[in-house]
Amino acid sequence: MNMQVKKKINTSLRYGVLLIVAFFMLYPLLWMIGGIWKNNSEIFTSAAFWPREPLNGWESIRQGWTTNTPFNIGHYFLNTLSFLVPRVIANVASCILTAYVVSRFSFKFKKIVFASVIVTLLMPDVVFRIPMYLLWRDLNLLNTYFPLWLDNAFATNSFFIFLLIQFMRTIPRELDEAAKMDGCNSFQTLIYILLPVIRPAVITVALLTFIWGMNDFLGPLIYVTEVARYPLSIAMRMAMDTTDSAVEWRNIFAMSVMAIVPSLILFFSAQRYFIEGIATTGSKE
Amino acid sequence: MENVKKMVSATREKPQRTNKKSRFNSIYLYLLPWFIGILIFRLYPFINAIYLSLQNNNLITDPEFIGLANYQELLFGSTQTGVLFRTSVMVTFRYVFLTVPLVLVFALFVAFILNFRLKGINFFRTAFYIPSILGGSVSVSIIWKFMFGNQGLVNAFLELFGIEAVGWLVDTRFAIIVLALLRAWQFGSVMLIFLSALQNVPVSLYEAASIDGATKIRQFFTVTVPIITPVILFNTIQVLVNAFQEFNAAYLVSDGGPLNSTLLLNLFIYRTAFNSFQMGISSAASWIMFSIIMVFTIILFKSSNHWVHYSD
Repeated sequence: MNMQVKKKINTSLRYGVLLIVAFFMLYPLLWMIGGIWKNNSEIFTSAAFWPREPLNGWESIRQGWTTNTPFNIGHYFLNTLSFLVPRVIANVASCILTAYVVSRFSFKFKKIVFASVIVTLLMPDVVFRIPMYLLWRDLNLLNTYFPLWLDNAFATNSFFIFLLIQFMRTIPRELDEAAKMDGCNSFQTLIYILLPVIRPAVITVALLTFIWGMNDFLGPLIYVTEVARYPLSIAMRMAMDTTDSAVEWRNIFAMSVMAIVPSLILFFSAQRYFIEGIATTGSKE
Repeated sequence: MENVKKMVSATREKPQRTNKKSRFNSIYLYLLPWFIGILIFRLYPFINAIYLSLQNNNLITDPEFIGLANYQELLFGSTQTGVLFRTSVMVTFRYVFLTVPLVLVFALFVAFILNFRLKGINFFRTAFYIPSILGGSVSVSIIWKFMFGNQGLVNAFLELFGIEAVGWLVDTRFAIIVLALLRAWQFGSVMLIFLSALQNVPVSLYEAASIDGATKIRQFFTVTVPIITPVILFNTIQVLVNAFQEFNAAYLVSDGGPLNSTLLLNLFIYRTAFNSFQMGISSAASWIMFSIIMVFTIILFKSSNHWVHYSD
């Protein structure tokens, strides 16, 4: 066998594997979308994406929007946003400040600070959960959104601090030096010089905070008790948990699809930065 | 802990020559939020969790100090809570030992193939990453439940290959596999980190190896793997710590069933705390879980002196 043929076979094998993997990654999502046009028995028994006799999909979407719960999806989504927007802003700002100090300055307690970041990165949230619940209860803040974002204003998410530190380390120090020559103070250096350069990392932090927050289920489950304040994730669970045997599952599928649209839109609009940002977390430089 | 020291020492830089006084003040000002955060939201709850775990605390009557009785009940007690706790530890181990190798091997394998500079790499990267974004959502839990139903998508697919239908979510042997597969489906971010590590391996090393006549597969194990061991360590710890803490899948897809075969520790702790309001015993359980995770992390770090290769 000559080299040319061998090379071609290898390349097609690689594409074959990648296509099979891509199929398994995307088919569940396509199948969920196809479910919008299917009746219950077909949803329960068919593996096909394409519905046998397509039902009125717009009607499923309309019903899915209204939901089988007391409020519509828009209401729950706004609830999600009302703790997610402060969370994203607080998290980005506080983590940037911390990462800036750790990665750019030398000071007495630097080793301790960095070691604490690493240790808290490895600590599971589960140890903090019950004491935190009692703390928010004593502050009389249960059934408000504060427990879902306030701690983010204090750089409690070490994963993001670590990601930003890793990214800032790749930026040459000469940049800071030049800014200092031009009379920038340390805060101006951060805002005008570093921030534009580390944009991919900042966007990654913002996006991951948002998407994980959209998916956050346990937090709202513990802290939010009133249906009118439920975020989308809990409302979805309420819709799925229905005991009504007459429920049309295509409506729930339509609801599920609508619930993932915001995350997908954000991901696609910032994808370029995002993939670069994720990749840095593993770099050892 | 040798590697932690290395990571820490890597941050040490030459001192800056400037107007020291004013710079110092502003540095500590920038660190203030973090410092307050670690005191109130990390250190205080951490210590309070120990204190709570020594109490009988049901949120209604006054807490009562009972020493190590909660730990004793969880580890050796014959009460329902004790038995259930030990079941959930076993379930969690099974889940972790299924998930961690599955995710790591799969992610590294796909990253290896993507690293061959094929056309369309952007499409595949995106397609492989999308599940990582949506995997934890309630929407995906809903379809996962349907897909693994008795007559669902997965069984229909298996029948195409003549494989008999499996009672995925009703059989105690298989339900945990369904949860592990949901985690494996979200291999994208681990894969991206591997991919960027592979792309940073110097080409000259491969050239030297192929002059010596090493095949691609051999090169992978003798050249690539040793160089990316720091990234393998990083990913292993991340996947391990996350797998130990899985909650959404156990709660939403299988609700701990059938017959507690998917009762992951985090779900057990949630139920004991927020369904039966046994805050003391639940804190003790979370402390045991914390210790288990720490033991595994320390073993990984210690062992890394033997298998992780640092180029500097």
